[in-house]
Amino acid sequence: MWRSLIPIAVFAVLVWFFNRGLGMDPRIIPSPLIGKPAPEFSLPVLGDRSRQVAMADYRGQVVMVNVWGSWCSGCRAEHQTLLAIAATGEVPIIGLNWKDEDRDAEKWLHDLGNPYQVNLVDVEGRTAINFGVYGAPETFLIDKQGNIIHKFTGPIYWQAWTEELLPLVRQAKEAT
Amino acid sequence: MKRLLTLLILMTWLPTAGFAIDSELAFQDPALQARYERLNAGLRCLVCQNQTIADSNASLAVDLRSQVKEMIIAGRTDKEILDYMVERYGNFVRFKPPVNNETIFLWAAPAVMVLGGLLIAVSIVRRRSSLAVDDEEQAPQGDA
Repeated sequence: MWRSLIPIAVFAVLVWFFNRGLGMDPRIIPSPLIGKPAPEFSLPVLGDRSRQVAMADYRGQVVMVNVWGSWCSGCRAEHQTLLAIAATGEVPIIGLNWKDEDRDAEKWLHDLGNPYQVNLVDVEGRTAINFGVYGAPETFLIDKQGNIIHKFTGPIYWQAWTEELLPLVRQAKEAT
Repeated sequence: MKRLLTLLILMTWLPTAGFAIDSELAFQDPALQARYERLNAGLRCLVCQNQTIADSNASLAVDLRSQVKEMIIAGRTDKEILDYMVERYGNFVRFKPPVNNETIFLWAAPAVMVLGGLLIAVSIVRRRSSLAVDDEEQAPQGDA
């Protein structure tokens, strides 16, 4: 009698695995950089290439680094949300303009609005590699010590901001 | 018919024949080129997921290949290059992930399945053969 239960048990295990697999997004790869210092960079500023901004300039501040490009459709999808987040004034958004043309990026900001405190140009994608970026948009939260505390992969939507990112931002701002 | 078969075999073989995806060789030195290709073939293109960076022309794959090339030129070892990628992208970037607590099931699964299959096969064969013996034993009884 118990033998006939074996296939049912095997089937149940398979169902459990497949169901778990269905619930996971294969595009979201956990970043090994969480909890580690954000990679150092010094990059030219979009619109004023003679100016350089470094990661170290933000020590003591909680910042949100958003990787985007004018070629990226997901970035267009999240742009309104970024504008709304910028309007709350909770956290400065630093844009990492990834593998883009300056002209296209400037036109994008002019046409759609600019949620960024500053935009840094990463044409060759070197800084993006150091951040472990594999597809835009990706967003990193960086605490006052310059550590990456969270990564959000894919377009940010309002609920992700209020429920996932904002609590972390507030917590990081309170920490010394 | 034979010619057609040869053609078909060639066609299935051709795409895997190891053409470098770069338009020109990355290195003049064949040994370095071989190293470069071997490293690329072990690194996942994370946007395409099921391709290596040696197979893909996604811009990330191009960037990662040039990173590998630069690191080879800089005299880094294979291990240093792999570690560099894993530090940034996690073990998922490796096509052959290392054996650890997270991946042990992945590595053990084939062996477990083969063993399980063997056990099932053996038990079926045993039951069948014992049935056959029973039949033989019963047969003379039936005659008597």
